[in-house]
Amino acid sequence: MQIRILAALLRKEMLLMKRNPIIPKIVIMMPLMVMLVLPLIANLDVKNVNVVIVDNDHSQLSRRIISDICHNGYLRVEAIEYSHSEALRIIEDGKADVIFTIPYDYSKNIISNSGQLDIEANGVNATKGMLGAQYVAQSVVGTLTQWREQQNPNIEIPEISVINRYNPTLNFKNYMIPALMVVLLIIICGFLPTLNLVSEKETGTIEAMNVTPVGKLTFVLSKLIPFWVIGLLVITVGILVGGFVYGLWPVGNVLAVYLATILFTLLMSGLGVVIANGSSTMLQSIFVMFAFIIVFQLMGGLFTPIASMPEWAQIITYGVPPRYFIEIMRSVYLKGTSVSELWIQYVALFGYALVLCVLAALTYKKQS
Amino acid sequence: MNEGIVISDITKSYGKTKALEGVSFTVDEGELFGLIGPDGAGKSTLFKILATLLLPDSGNATMTGLEVVKDYKKLRTEIGYMPEKFSLYQDLTVKENLEFFASLFGVSVKKNFDLIAPIYKQLEQFPNRFAGNLSGGMKQKLALSCALIHRPKVLLLDEPTTGVDAVSRSEFWEMLSDLRKHGITILVSTSYMDEAKLCERIAMINNGHILAVNTPEKLAESIGETLYNASADEMFRLLTELRGIQGVRECYTFGATLHIVAEKDFSPETTIKILQKKGLKDVKIYPAHATIEDLFIKLMQNDSE
Repeated sequence: MQIRILAALLRKEMLLMKRNPIIPKIVIMMPLMVMLVLPLIANLDVKNVNVVIVDNDHSQLSRRIISDICHNGYLRVEAIEYSHSEALRIIEDGKADVIFTIPYDYSKNIISNSGQLDIEANGVNATKGMLGAQYVAQSVVGTLTQWREQQNPNIEIPEISVINRYNPTLNFKNYMIPALMVVLLIIICGFLPTLNLVSEKETGTIEAMNVTPVGKLTFVLSKLIPFWVIGLLVITVGILVGGFVYGLWPVGNVLAVYLATILFTLLMSGLGVVIANGSSTMLQSIFVMFAFIIVFQLMGGLFTPIASMPEWAQIITYGVPPRYFIEIMRSVYLKGTSVSELWIQYVALFGYALVLCVLAALTYKKQS
Repeated sequence: MNEGIVISDITKSYGKTKALEGVSFTVDEGELFGLIGPDGAGKSTLFKILATLLLPDSGNATMTGLEVVKDYKKLRTEIGYMPEKFSLYQDLTVKENLEFFASLFGVSVKKNFDLIAPIYKQLEQFPNRFAGNLSGGMKQKLALSCALIHRPKVLLLDEPTTGVDAVSRSEFWEMLSDLRKHGITILVSTSYMDEAKLCERIAMINNGHILAVNTPEKLAESIGETLYNASADEMFRLLTELRGIQGVRECYTFGATLHIVAEKDFSPETTIKILQKKGLKDVKIYPAHATIEDLFIKLMQNDSE
């Protein structure tokens, strides 16, 4: 009985969606636009970091370090100065991002393990400066490692532990593309079911629906399933654009991505239905949904890595479901992690999806 | 057991506002029953309670022997409800709406088509038109068809003719009297007094309580007062003058004339003379038949006192 009703409801949802002047376009155009344009704009990929070198050592070792920096594809030596103040002036002129200082007698001191190198970054363009300093450090460590092997294996190399595995040059596109797919799902699968259900309230069709023998769960499912399909469609568009346009295919199993998507779309549309059940106008529901989406985007680890948040905020992120989805997406995409290794994240997504869908069915009231 | 509608002592408040206060009346099986009252009288609230969409604070109602609160699930297959606001899918076509509601109730349009055929007839010319593009009268016919498609035993129509043109209104009422042949109990609300006489029996509702229940004829008779029509060249002056004359208990506009509720000592002839003296021309005063509207005005006045 309820299965047949569900089929009728789903047929109706599909017809209405097809006839909606905006929704079919959003479902195709929004992923395309976001995936084609945003990775190019939201790009933290740093090339041509301008370095000013202050060489006070003038030794064989310092020349070798400088030569290696010159040949690094990401670094460009703007000038080699003799004093720190002149180097600083170049930074102030905006011509350089990083000052690299090799102090006097460095090559002698390093043998007694007291040598110290100095890397200063221009903090105005924080990302470029920070990444630039890392590139310089990497280059120097490389040179010193080689040099040690030839000279004296007992010398300690200054420890610089920033090594970006999986995304060695910190290619920001690789970091952002899986996350952008999450953004798309948050927005599309969060807003559409909310607006769909509230519009039934606004037009009054829900009244006619409520006097029919349609069950609560059946009705809520008829609002969840279409957006589940849409979510899978959106992620497919995302994977294809990521692969064909940016050459980024998931290293891991694509089914792991789909499994997470299924759970996450249910979770988002469940939340959407809960919000719609609590609001009587579109305006109310949009405001509430927006509040959730902002928190999801800023605290889910999309842009700000969770590890660099304050500790109390890190604890809060456990309650932000996209966190798990983003972790899954990035791990599967960049590291090729398998479902069994990410089981905690999958279980968390499943738990949130279950809770929100049950809540959606419970908060939907045919009677008031 | 009454197979129609039995409403007993229903009370419902929205916060401090009392929407319904001790409402009770009975609709017999197969009866066309009208609920007449002004806007805000509580008609829609009562309909929502009967349609199992709203829970009453106290009291109960049964339809076809099923209680609205306890047996709401079973009841939903037995009633057809047409809300005040057009509540079909505007982006579905006429045919799709009908088929959609039929499939929700698990019935086929074909099997029950005989019931809706007279109503659906006019819609058949454009089965593929979107419901949102229909005229007001056509929308109501489609809504009625969709409310009837599962052969309900009780039909609840909440102000079906509000905002519909005069021709469509009278057509709509003809359809309702046709439906009685199928033994369907119909409860219909309206704020148009002239529609009251088309019902077998009516209940008058104001401020959340029932003022009177009876057939339209008996109700009109029950006014128990002598009524006169009055007209003159200057209607507004006539109204103010009449209100000051001995023997006039009440005077109010009624269509193109005035209605006078007369005391025993009222004499039409002397009144005409008094009015002519005051300079009014073409003064006519003659006996009038009491209508539902007269009764309603009287009852509402008593009610507010």
